[in-house]
Amino acid sequence: MSKFGGSNSKKDVPGISSGSLSDIVFMLLFFFMVTTQLRETENKVIVKLPEASEVAKLERKDLSSYINIGTPIRSLQSMYGTDARIQLNDSFKTVDDIRDFIAAERDAMSEADRSFMTVAIRADQDVRMGIVTDVKQELRRCSALKIMYSARKPAE
Amino acid sequence: MGKKKTPAINSSSTADIAFLLLCYFLMTTTMGEQAGLQRRLPPIPDKDQKVDDQKVNRRNIVIVRINSADRLFAGNEAMDVSLLKDKMKEFLANPQDNPELPEKEPKEIEGKTYMVSKGVISLQNDRGTSYQAYIAVQNELVKAVNELRDEFAMREYGKTFARLSEDEQSIVKKVIPQNISEAEPKDVGKKR
Repeated sequence: MSKFGGSNSKKDVPGISSGSLSDIVFMLLFFFMVTTQLRETENKVIVKLPEASEVAKLERKDLSSYINIGTPIRSLQSMYGTDARIQLNDSFKTVDDIRDFIAAERDAMSEADRSFMTVAIRADQDVRMGIVTDVKQELRRCSALKIMYSARKPAE
Repeated sequence: MGKKKTPAINSSSTADIAFLLLCYFLMTTTMGEQAGLQRRLPPIPDKDQKVDDQKVNRRNIVIVRINSADRLFAGNEAMDVSLLKDKMKEFLANPQDNPELPEKEPKEIEGKTYMVSKGVISLQNDRGTSYQAYIAVQNELVKAVNELRDEFAMREYGKTFARLSEDEQSIVKKVIPQNISEAEPKDVGKKR
């Protein structure tokens, strides 16, 4: 009965080949590399999005530009105070800078895509509507009419 | 004769390298799902455009107002946000053809004639309204429209709106349009 673990079969147990381990890990790696989008701008304002149950997903993420509105993060509050501010790209801006921002974003897009440009307003839930209204009026003046109020789905 | 001596490269460390990279991407990834309420802003009106061609019959418009204390007024009565959806559904659908509620006009869409409501919801807010309250109201308005679309899709096709084909969805969207207008800001109260 050498079949069932005689003294000589102990030596024959083959080690598990770990050669394919790297392949598996590489596959995971590629998955994350493809799905990831690196945060290209650093958040300088605190944005806690309001909740809304009827949110629709944005179809073309590459055609959207973001306007962040909120109070500056804690480390910048000594410099900028706690009033709500607008952040475009990487710095605090005023409503008047939106025009240039929109123009720059438009230029970066191809001719065919420009009419599909969506401006996502990412405003903190405690922001007053006054500043949001100013932004909206400025967007109308730049004829960037497709907007989206960013919101998150409430947890079930 | 040196052919045999070439040692195989030890590949056991590639897994470790890949793991390191994997960890890096796991940490930095956001899976950012961008979702929100999509709107179309009205274009800036021309200066010499006549005001009266924008005039809408009074029964066709309901004004939803949020004041600086986040209190909600629909029509002329104060209301809780939770009741807004049903009120708006009644306004848009007008099932009993109430003369107080918006009129409907027959419209031919893809060969069939539907009664399309002319109702418009006008949303007004104060500069002091909090964004959260504003979004909550917007959400209720969208929900009212979405539920009406679902009901219509059920009646017409026996399916919910989300399960319809793209063509059918565009028909439903035309029959029940999302007429929510965000009014020109009014200069009321002090500027914050």
